[in-house]
Amino acid sequence: MTEVLAPDGTRTPARRRSPRYDGGSPAVYVVALVVVALTLGPVLYAVLGGFRTNPQLAESPAGLPDPWVLDNYRSVLSNSLFWRYALNSTIVAGATTAIVVVFGLMAAYPLARYRFRFREPLYMVFVVGLLFPATVAIIPLFILVTRDLQMGNTWWGVALPQAAFALPTTVVILRPFLMALPDELEEAALMDGASRIGFFFRIAVPLSAPAAITVGVLAFVASWNAYLLPLLLLQGDMKTLPLGVADYSSQYSSDTAGVFAFTTLAMIPALVFFLTLQRRIVNGLQGAVKG
Amino acid sequence: MTLSTEHATGAVAFAAPVASPGRRPDRLRRSLRTGLELLFFIGPALGLFLVFVVWPIAKAVQFSLYRWKGFGPLTDFVGFDNYDAVLHNEVFTDAFVHNITIVVLSILIQLPLGLAIALLLNRRMRGQGLLRTLIFVPYVLSEVIAGVVWLQLLQPQYGVIDSLLSSVGLRGPDQGWLGTPDYALYTVFAVLTWKYLGLAVLLFLAGLQGIPVDVVEAAQIDGASWWQIQRRITIPLLGPTLRIWAFLSMVGSLQCFDMVWILTGGGPANSTTTMATFLVTEGTKRQNYGIASAASVILFVVALFFALLYQLLVLRRDTRGTNLGRLG
Repeated sequence: MTEVLAPDGTRTPARRRSPRYDGGSPAVYVVALVVVALTLGPVLYAVLGGFRTNPQLAESPAGLPDPWVLDNYRSVLSNSLFWRYALNSTIVAGATTAIVVVFGLMAAYPLARYRFRFREPLYMVFVVGLLFPATVAIIPLFILVTRDLQMGNTWWGVALPQAAFALPTTVVILRPFLMALPDELEEAALMDGASRIGFFFRIAVPLSAPAAITVGVLAFVASWNAYLLPLLLLQGDMKTLPLGVADYSSQYSSDTAGVFAFTTLAMIPALVFFLTLQRRIVNGLQGAVKG
Repeated sequence: MTLSTEHATGAVAFAAPVASPGRRPDRLRRSLRTGLELLFFIGPALGLFLVFVVWPIAKAVQFSLYRWKGFGPLTDFVGFDNYDAVLHNEVFTDAFVHNITIVVLSILIQLPLGLAIALLLNRRMRGQGLLRTLIFVPYVLSEVIAGVVWLQLLQPQYGVIDSLLSSVGLRGPDQGWLGTPDYALYTVFAVLTWKYLGLAVLLFLAGLQGIPVDVVEAAQIDGASWWQIQRRITIPLLGPTLRIWAFLSMVGSLQCFDMVWILTGGGPANSTTTMATFLVTEGTKRQNYGIASAASVILFVVALFFALLYQLLVLRRDTRGTNLGRLG
């Protein structure tokens, strides 16, 4: 279409500038502003609430900090439990991500590039796994981890099941990616005397880094935000940040400003990390369904 | 499918000149080596998956057939009594209705809303990149954090929402939005919408970017209005993205736990229980492992039923029957 039109139209340059049929109306900006206000309002309110005192919050709930108070944030930052929870979250999410990426890449490789009898059935095991949310298995999982494996209240006790439940998405995203690596590449490598294991480590892994990062980010997000499994498995100073936030908010429910400060600080690492990788998360979620 | 055969050509072409009947041990050694490689590559993932996914699920099915409080061996076999008890438990059937309500409301409200926002934002405008990032903020927060913040906002009388309402002459319910059985579920749904609408908008925007500009331009040249273009071209072409979102949303709504647990814990008067909160309450607070397991098997069957039905009815032509996805 464009090729036909381009030569004869003097109006073409003008159209080129607005290929999306720009209404150009300020109404769009108004809608955008409203959406952003509704989206960010609660978050900003929490951030600002942390700079206020409880009497301020009670007197005028919708007001701004006056004067600005740093005490709430200061006391959370000097709270050793906060740092402990943040450390636990980081380690659990890091371990989950590492296991998922390493095991997932290893499993996806032969499922993509070997030819053997049970390949498709084996792949289907992981595909069907997509349908099993951790919620369904939560009670036996709790018993397995705490009694049979004696890993209750440990980092591994949470990281291993989380990694296991993240594997299906990972394998489903990685397999097509590994399949798409050109055969010539593998033939050349084999010709040069590399084994298939050598091909995997030296060529397949580096080339699938983008896909590996995507699945890694997805696993990290899921683990960092997870609530149910840590709720059942972790106590005391082994808790992760979401558990810490929930605890703090119910223990000090009268200290609204303190709750806001604690919550705000707990969301910062996630916000910074995830917003920089936002594009990858969205791509990954699409990939998870489109394969 | 083509890939697997194509794949073999490399290996076969390689082996062909050497493969003569007299080299059997060689072939055996090669297949043994392949077997070991498979074990090395797939073993860890498969082991992890069997231990932490397959085994617990099998156990859930087994527990569901026993009356078991978590102590001693499984001896009190009760057949399908637990299922019978769960299905006749009003708390559970209500929870099921609540889950379905969330599924239906999501499709009826979040889909049109997300689509409208995505269509409006899908044009060249200043700061679109920033806008996308900001819209994504609620999604990256954990449900717990989002829930705790909203819990404060929704506090009866002293919360900012009630105080804003009273400044325009309206009055929130005395027990608060989350404390009044008639409003609680819808309030939870509103918070869930706040949390997940951004994801819908972003997915739809990504889908819109995939629609060829030529088609839209051609329609423009033919004199189609903006609305005609959206209705006749953009939205139909966005179909696969919308259906995938609907699927993700449905599966997520059926498993809904975190937000409810933080906002209401299932209350007041069980007006916001979901199947997941029911099974966690039964399992961890009352130690009714048999009942909880029966509930989790039912939850799974319901989710599977919806997934298969959906796959059968709408999703098949988009994904060709291979990949089902879910949200975190």
